[in-house]
Amino acid sequence: MKTIKLLALFITTSLVFTACSDDHDDHDHDHEEELITTVIYTLTDGNNTVTLQWEDLDGDTGNAPVITDGILSANTTYTGSIQLLNKTETPAEDITVEVKTEGDEHEFFYSSSVSGVTINKTDVDGNDNPLGIKTTLTTGNTGTGSLTIVLKHEPTKPNNGTADNAGGSTDLEVTFNISVQ
Amino acid sequence: MIKQFCFCVLVFFLHSNAIAQDCNLSLKGKVTDFHNNSDIIGASIQIEDSNRFTTTNFDGEFELKNICEGKITLIIKHIACETKKISMYIDKNTFKNIFLEHHVEELTNIEIKANTKTAKTSVETTLKKEVLSSFSDQSIGDALKTITGVSSLNTGNTIVKPMIHGLHSSRLLIINNKVRMFDQEWGEEHAPNIDINSSGRIDVIKGANTLKYGSDAIGGLILISPERFAVKDSIFGSTQISLNSNGLGGNVNTEIVKTYKNGFYGKLQSNYKQFGDFKAPNYYLTNTGQRNFNTSIAIGKNSYEKGFNAYYSFVNNNMAILQSSHIGNVNDLVNAINSNEPRVTEIFSYKINFPKQTITHHLGKLEAYKRFKDFGKLSIQYDFQINRRKEFDLRRGDRSNIPVVDLRLFTNSIQSDLEINYFDNLDINTGVLLRYQQNDAVAGTGTNPLIPDFDKYDFGVYATTNYDLDDTSELSAGFRYDFSRIKARKRYNITDWNETYNYDELFPEFETGAVEGTRIFTKPEFTFHNISASLGYAKSFQKNLSLFINYGLASRLPNPSELFSDGLHHSAARIETGLLTMQKEVANKFVVSLEKQNDNFGFTISPYYKHINGFIQLIPNGITTTIRGAFPVWEYNQTNAQIFGIDVDVNKKISEHFMYNGQVSLIRGDNLSENTPLIHMPANNFGNSISYNNQKLNQLSISLHQNTVLQQNRFPDYNFFTFNPTTQQDVFVDISSTPPAYTLFSLQTSAVFKLFKKGDLKIAFHVDNLLNTSYRNYLNRFRYFADELGRNFKINIKLNY
Repeated sequence: MKTIKLLALFITTSLVFTACSDDHDDHDHDHEEELITTVIYTLTDGNNTVTLQWEDLDGDTGNAPVITDGILSANTTYTGSIQLLNKTETPAEDITVEVKTEGDEHEFFYSSSVSGVTINKTDVDGNDNPLGIKTTLTTGNTGTGSLTIVLKHEPTKPNNGTADNAGGSTDLEVTFNISVQ
Repeated sequence: MIKQFCFCVLVFFLHSNAIAQDCNLSLKGKVTDFHNNSDIIGASIQIEDSNRFTTTNFDGEFELKNICEGKITLIIKHIACETKKISMYIDKNTFKNIFLEHHVEELTNIEIKANTKTAKTSVETTLKKEVLSSFSDQSIGDALKTITGVSSLNTGNTIVKPMIHGLHSSRLLIINNKVRMFDQEWGEEHAPNIDINSSGRIDVIKGANTLKYGSDAIGGLILISPERFAVKDSIFGSTQISLNSNGLGGNVNTEIVKTYKNGFYGKLQSNYKQFGDFKAPNYYLTNTGQRNFNTSIAIGKNSYEKGFNAYYSFVNNNMAILQSSHIGNVNDLVNAINSNEPRVTEIFSYKINFPKQTITHHLGKLEAYKRFKDFGKLSIQYDFQINRRKEFDLRRGDRSNIPVVDLRLFTNSIQSDLEINYFDNLDINTGVLLRYQQNDAVAGTGTNPLIPDFDKYDFGVYATTNYDLDDTSELSAGFRYDFSRIKARKRYNITDWNETYNYDELFPEFETGAVEGTRIFTKPEFTFHNISASLGYAKSFQKNLSLFINYGLASRLPNPSELFSDGLHHSAARIETGLLTMQKEVANKFVVSLEKQNDNFGFTISPYYKHINGFIQLIPNGITTTIRGAFPVWEYNQTNAQIFGIDVDVNKKISEHFMYNGQVSLIRGDNLSENTPLIHMPANNFGNSISYNNQKLNQLSISLHQNTVLQQNRFPDYNFFTFNPTTQQDVFVDISSTPPAYTLFSLQTSAVFKLFKKGDLKIAFHVDNLLNTSYRNYLNRFRYFADELGRNFKINIKLNY
């Protein structure tokens, strides 16, 4: 008899438990906080501004990204600046700020297949190692090809300047078609 | 089964003293065995508070004469039976039937019972307490791997998922203390949350006798049972300490048991385990330590006729995950595959960094049973489990302390089981199950949940029978029906919903009409009916030879990750997608086992064949470009598959003290729909061991083991090319090739020392990976990143008191 009472108590307790934990939070859901939807690389030579933009508003799956390529002038030096945004937040969250704060754990890498195009990082992190939010881009003769921007999390710093050598894990890797005219 | 008899010390020629009184009533009676109705000879019957007693004759009958009118209390005693007291009122000549129980004998013969099978026709292997205690600082998967035909799917070296005949996760049922484990077992990197130290015995059932526990044991069933205690007044316990050179850690386990003559018992057990970074032969595996705390408590009262058992266990696992396994995109994966060393190798540390998993698992149950004379035994059980899984990853901002995955799975079930042994040659086992399960993707992670919120309702009913054909052969059969309903709430990317997967046309009824930005809120709901069956035959021959033949029909519902997964899996650098169109998996399996149980020369030869319709597998299906670069998309799909092979075990006594053991496991899996090998099938493997045992010399045991795993040459080729924009080159991504064969040696020694009257000390010394071999394992998800563990020295000290 005692056993049955105990069993009954147990079941009752569990039902209370079930009822209490029945918090179907249909509206209290999570969204991707660290999502980067938009990369904007702005290049200016003082007179003209070229904006390269890579945007995927609905995340990894779903719609394909929208990529805005750019045309650069030959034999020109541009001042470059990169901005990362999460546009699923209102207002859009500027993720560049987070990267800057954790500068010692991050580094941007720029590379181009167009001969004569070189990119130098002009800013540094707290340890005086290159960071790459600010850059200068110098073009040579005309040509077409691609420009790739990589953001590494926890790379080896300092490194030889290439993304492959730096290790770490890739937070961002976008490629634009550019044309130097 | 040989029937157990009460052996009697007959107390002959003891006559009751007839004291002259004016009492002349007589009490006659018969004492019979509660269990099988046989007459109990030589039981003593005493009238309480008097010196009047008698014993039963060869027919179990007795007579007490000259009893006065009034209330009397009889004490009925019989050796090996439980003493019983009966009070009654005598006002006339009375006849009384008395039943005694074979209680004590049943429970003290545990050692003999431990060699018996869970079902008479079952194809199974057992790991006993002694074997389990040598794995006290490892996982249950490590212990199970010692069984031929059982391997494991690992994530690093601490997350070890058991695999039977190449099947794992939802295809294995794990029953812990009669409770089916629900610990989000669907994930490949989710190891069972069981403390090996709380178990007394583990049976691995490869055959078909699994219907009592569920319909979906396509791979098999792992039955973890607690120890059983003798019914006597006693208190005992043990403390075990193990120390390891690799990982500079170990385990402390302590347990204490109190038992009473009236059947009450209580057991308390706790253990704490800590390891730092483990070491491969050439480097430290940075961030692979762990900290676990487990405890369990069991109380109950067992008598032959009725009883109850209550059990609660708490498991808390904190596991660091190899830092080098955290990668960003396919190019990072290529770098990992092409480099010989992991990208992060630092000096030894106990620190548990990111990525890591913290899991807590509560399991509670209450079970009561009662036997009905000439009919059988009814058990009713209620159990609950709460599994909270948090996975932490390296995140930007200060988010690393916020889990990326935070899931709470609550399961509770009530079930009955009725064993009917009314018929002479036929045992029937039948029961009903009701289960409610709720998964909560806990808010606050800042990520889209991998597994959505859902509620699941299950109802099951089963019946199994066992029929003694004759003295040497048995036939068993079983049938089970399950009903399941799953109701989920999930947000899909609206483009995926409408276009990629065409769900807007396939499942318009799931749409709620709510669209939030790029996401559509849906309520998928599925109902499944499952039918499963089993058939078994066992025949024993002369010279300890027996033959078992099993057939099983098993079916399995698609699990939540197969239905709902949708997103990036960091350590695999892939996007994993489940499909709502998944159907259930149906398997037909045949297992045969020819066994000779003998210490001088014994063997088990067990071939098997499984055909699985709608086998659900996760395979690559194209590449997608994300802001993090290129990722392969792995999608669940269904094919028809077959898995077949043979497990062989041999033991031979070489001389008085020397023993040889050998095991071979051959396995092959085919994807019949695509005519390719199945992915992640264990490679053929074999092992030999020689051991020296000397009972007289402190039970000294020394054994040398060799284990060889051949290269898996049969694998599906899912390699692909990806473009590396930095180097402007196409790179080959070799995710399919398998690591080369390897051979490992290990040495195990142990001895037992008598310390005091009731206590002994067992000291064991082990060396694993004796030659410090560098190797990688095809069935380790981290084989792209790092080698397996190097040499380890282990000391294990166990004090029994």
